[in-house]
Amino acid sequence: MSLIASNLSFKPGNEWHLDNVSFEMSKGQIYTILGRTLAGKTTLLKTLAGLISPDQGTLTLDDGDFGSIPVWKREVAMVYQQFINYPHLSVYENVAFPLKQRRMQSDQIKTRVMKALQQVGLDGFENRKIQALSGGQQQRVALARSLVKEASVILLDEPLVNLDYKLREQLREEFRNIFSSEASKDSILIYSSTDPVEAMQLGGQILVMDEGRILQQGTSKEVYENPNCTKVAQITNDPAMNLFEGRVEDGRIILSSEIELELPQHCKGLATGSYIFGMRAAGITLNQKGFPFSVELSEISGSETFLHIRHEMIGVVGLLDSVQNFNTGEVVSVQFDTMQLYVFDQNEQLVSSPYRGLE
Amino acid sequence: MRVLYTSLKYLAVVLWSTFVIAPFLWAVSTSFKDFQSVTNGATYIPWVDFEPNLEGWRALWKSPAQGGVDIVEPFFNSVFVTASGSLISIILGTLAAYALSRFTFKAGFIRNGDITFFFISQRIMPPVVLAIPFFIMLGKFSLLDTLAGLIIVYIVLLMPIAVWIMVDFFNKVPVEIDETALIDGCNPLQAFYKVVLPNSIPGIIVAGMFCMIFGWTDFFFSFILTFTEVQLLPVAIVALNSSITPWWSLSAAALVSVAPLVLVAFIVERYLSKGNLSGALK
Repeated sequence: MSLIASNLSFKPGNEWHLDNVSFEMSKGQIYTILGRTLAGKTTLLKTLAGLISPDQGTLTLDDGDFGSIPVWKREVAMVYQQFINYPHLSVYENVAFPLKQRRMQSDQIKTRVMKALQQVGLDGFENRKIQALSGGQQQRVALARSLVKEASVILLDEPLVNLDYKLREQLREEFRNIFSSEASKDSILIYSSTDPVEAMQLGGQILVMDEGRILQQGTSKEVYENPNCTKVAQITNDPAMNLFEGRVEDGRIILSSEIELELPQHCKGLATGSYIFGMRAAGITLNQKGFPFSVELSEISGSETFLHIRHEMIGVVGLLDSVQNFNTGEVVSVQFDTMQLYVFDQNEQLVSSPYRGLE
Repeated sequence: MRVLYTSLKYLAVVLWSTFVIAPFLWAVSTSFKDFQSVTNGATYIPWVDFEPNLEGWRALWKSPAQGGVDIVEPFFNSVFVTASGSLISIILGTLAAYALSRFTFKAGFIRNGDITFFFISQRIMPPVVLAIPFFIMLGKFSLLDTLAGLIIVYIVLLMPIAVWIMVDFFNKVPVEIDETALIDGCNPLQAFYKVVLPNSIPGIIVAGMFCMIFGWTDFFFSFILTFTEVQLLPVAIVALNSSITPWWSLSAAALVSVAPLVLVAFIVERYLSKGNLSGALK
């Protein structure tokens, strides 16, 4: 079973919400649509659900026309980022709702509802009112309702974004287990997120979206290791990959009058000229033999410190694997790990990556 | 300073409560008086200032020939017209409001907001402006001085209130609830009556309350559009105010006219405070 989208476009006003989107998805796989806010993720999911009719393009499922099926007859289920449930119904009635719409027999409904509730860890909550549940439990109800349909396409629109950190971590793990279970083997799971960490943890395929376009599609490993352009490099990293302009001359990288770096092995052969260089925060560390940067901001996050530093026009974020305090304006000595250096051309397309060398 | 502030606060509450309750107490007191008690100067406390009796209340059930004021028929006319007008207004208004909230309408320069304003604009006009066309139209269709005519007029007057309140309510109901219902297998009509409507009960009750209050207390249109065949309660009560006003019966009738609204307010209060949508979108 495969879901094929060809040239989907949607422009309700002056801006493209979907711009010539094409992809192919197979059953039993998880696809994460990764992009910033307003990238077009929700529009794409709603288009797949049938809630939005694209201006052009086709959708097929198993070679059949999927795009012309009205939403209430489509084999889709969807979980929203808001915890959308039916407040006038109990947990059991909420989960049973799509099955009752299909006029299934009550004993069949009961079996499937109880199974779905067990999957999401809500067995015993059947008679509770939605209002009596916590946010995490409400989202589990929504997830159970999407699973109980056994739909061909399950859409999850940033389902964890409104939960607190701990619960998000816990549910993310549970989601992964549920999605990899037998029950989900016959479905295509499409998960949208703004969080690159979440996308990487879920595994599967990643589609990176920006301004209504799909910039790159591939496995999470592929996209992480070889982002095909600067936008993908920024979207797939948290904090976003540092980008700074410089020149390659005489086998050296010149970033400023004071900062010159050796060309790393994977960049040997780069032609002389101007490039955009990229480096993840983890590649920028403090070292006595480094270059002078002044601290603009330091943020402690758990057991790590994000250091926002600047040297002339070069502003970057470094990641220190310990908790350290810095004063604003303090000068620190910074080293770039060139083995982790990405090179993009002036059109922002990938030229060289540490994993694949020159393109 | 704090004691002074608290004292002033309580004083304001007591004064306001007195201002609100005093007319009711006055009416209750007067309804148990007779001609003597009313005309012999100001009297307030039963059994102390005057001897209470039920003449004022008994007169409500008696015909004028028996010396009564007979408000039973006007009362039930009012109940029928207000209930019918409110119910139909709520049904039509809710459907219109849902459409205005969920679908985009374009006709030249007219958009959803303009259509909503068009509904409420009828309530902005002075009633007398509407009275003449209503009078002429009902006359053309032989509906003057009939319950059906009054119901039609009340629908026209009450539906804008229902639309106004329900549009605002539906705008606050997340559209994702409708979308989820569609994804779960409901067609648009089913999504409306199976999911949106049950979760809109507080809004419907508020709109219904307003419709009932406006309908029940209307004097102007019921006075203009009825003559001898049909009489509504407000007109019947005002009609008691003649050269020899039976203040005791008039007070009793006024209390009877207030009673249904108070009763309805008590019944629906718990639904209003419930906030049924709280679990829809956390």
